[in-house]
Amino acid sequence: MNYAPPASGRTSPPAPLAPVDAIVLGASAGGVNAFLAILSALPSSFALPLVAVVHIPRDKPSLLVKVLGARAHLAVREAGDKDRLLPGLVIAPPDYHMLLDVDGGRRHLAGAQDVHLALSDDAPVSYSRPSIDVLFQSAAEVFGPRVAGVVLTGANDDGALGLQAIKAYGGLCAVQSPDEAPAREMPDAAIASAKPQLVAPLNDLIQWIVALDAHRARDTEGTAVHE
Amino acid sequence: MRASDEQSSESDGQSSESMFDMELTLLLEAIFQRYHYDFRDYAKSSLRRRLRQAMERFGVSSLSVLQDRVLHDAHALPILLDYLTIQVSDMFRDPTHFLALRRDVLPILATYPSLKIWIAGCSTGEEFYSMAILLEEEGLLDRAIMYATDVNEEALRKAEAGVYALDRVAGFSKSYAAAGGKSSLGDWYTAAYNGVVFDRRLRRNVVFSDHSLSTDGDFTETHLVLCRNVLIYFDRELQDRAIGLFAQSLVPRGFLALGSKENLRISSHAAAFDTFDMHERIYRKQ
Repeated sequence: MNYAPPASGRTSPPAPLAPVDAIVLGASAGGVNAFLAILSALPSSFALPLVAVVHIPRDKPSLLVKVLGARAHLAVREAGDKDRLLPGLVIAPPDYHMLLDVDGGRRHLAGAQDVHLALSDDAPVSYSRPSIDVLFQSAAEVFGPRVAGVVLTGANDDGALGLQAIKAYGGLCAVQSPDEAPAREMPDAAIASAKPQLVAPLNDLIQWIVALDAHRARDTEGTAVHE
Repeated sequence: MRASDEQSSESDGQSSESMFDMELTLLLEAIFQRYHYDFRDYAKSSLRRRLRQAMERFGVSSLSVLQDRVLHDAHALPILLDYLTIQVSDMFRDPTHFLALRRDVLPILATYPSLKIWIAGCSTGEEFYSMAILLEEEGLLDRAIMYATDVNEEALRKAEAGVYALDRVAGFSKSYAAAGGKSSLGDWYTAAYNGVVFDRRLRRNVVFSDHSLSTDGDFTETHLVLCRNVLIYFDRELQDRAIGLFAQSLVPRGFLALGSKENLRISSHAAAFDTFDMHERIYRKQ
C-alpha cells in the first residue's frame, strides 16, 4: 500500500465490505470541506469511480472542480452528458440532475466500463437540481448490489430516499455521524430512511472508502492483470 | 454478512427491476405501434424516472397496467406524453449562451439576405421567444423564417400561445438582462390570464410544427439550429441521428447551438463540424 490511513486516532468500527464498482456520494451544507478531507486522503492509485452531488447555488458557475481538484491526487471533473464512468471524482454540473445509465439501456450487466453519465434538466426534486436522490436511485438501478452510497453533512433530507433505494438493491450504505456533521439534518434523515450499515465520523468513512477500493482490487485480482 | 431477510429483499428488488425494464421496453414498443411516437431510443435512466412518476399519476402498480390504459383509452396518451416529452425550460437559460449568440453569431448571420432558423425540441416555447427577441433586437427578425418543432402537439399549442406563469417572469427577466437584453423584458409581454403573454409580433415569422427527431427528416438550408438540452434525453444512437439531421439541414458554415453540457464528441458526424465556441457549445458546419 502506498498510502497511509488518515490519522484519526480512532479505532475503526466494524465496517461492511463487499465488492463494489463505484461509490456515489452526496452532501449539502458543509459538504465542500467534507469532500476536501476525502480527496486529500485518497491516493492517486485509488481506482473506484467516485460520483458526487454537492448542492451549490444553481445560477453560479461551478468552482467546485477547481477547488476540489487543487487538493486531490485523483482526477476531478464535472460531468458531461454520456461521459464514461472513470476512476477519479466526477461532480454533477450546476442545474442538471446527474444519473447513471448503461450502454444499450440494459442493466446489471457487468462493471463500471459499461456505465455512462446521463444528465437531465427535469424539474428540481425537493428544490434540488442536481438531486442526490436522483443520482442514488439510478446508481441502485444500474449497479444493483455493487455500489456504495455515502450521505454526508447537509441541512435538508435529500439523499434519504436514494440511499434507501441503494439499500433495497443490496448495496452498501454509509452516513456521516450526525453529531459530527456541520449540518445534521441530512445524515439524520438518511439514517432513519435507509438504516445504513455504517454510521461513522468522516475520518472513519474515509478509511472505509479506502478499504472498499482495496477490497475491489483483491476481488478482481484473479481476473485482471495488475502492474 | 447480510441478514437473510435483506438477502431476499435484494433479490426481490433486482427481479422486479428487470421486470420493470422489460415492461418499459414493451410499453415503448406499444406506443410506437399504436401511435407512431418513437421513444424506443430515449435514454433509459430518465425514462425510468418519468415513467415511475407517470405510474403515480395514473395510480397504476405496473407499466403493464399503464400500457393497457394507454392502448385502450385515447385520453391517456396526451397525459403520458407530457411525462415523456415536456421540458420546462427557462427563457434565456444559460444567459452567456445567448450573449454569445448575440455577440458572435448574429453578426455573421446578418450577412445573409434571408435566414432560416430551426429550434428543434422547442417544447413550450421558452427557447423560441428567447431567440425571437434576440433576432428582433438585432434587427434580423424580419428577414428570418423560424421553424419551432416538437413531438408534443400540446406543448406546441402552449408555445404558440406564449403565455407563462407570473412567478417565472422574474427569473426570465434576470436572465434576459444577463444575456445582453437591450431594453426590459417587460417590453415584450403584457399581463394576462394570471400570467404574461408574449407579444404576437415575435411570432410573425415562425412556423410551429409537429416533428420528431426520431422518425422525421430535416428542414433544408437552415443557417442556425438551436437544440438545447434535448439530446441529453436521447441515447447515443438517437443523438447521432439527430446530429446527422442537423448536419444535413445546415448550409455550409451554418451554426449548431447545443446545451451547455452536450457535445459532438461521441457523434459520427463530429467531423462535419468545427468548434466555434467550446464553452457555449456552439459549432459550425464545415
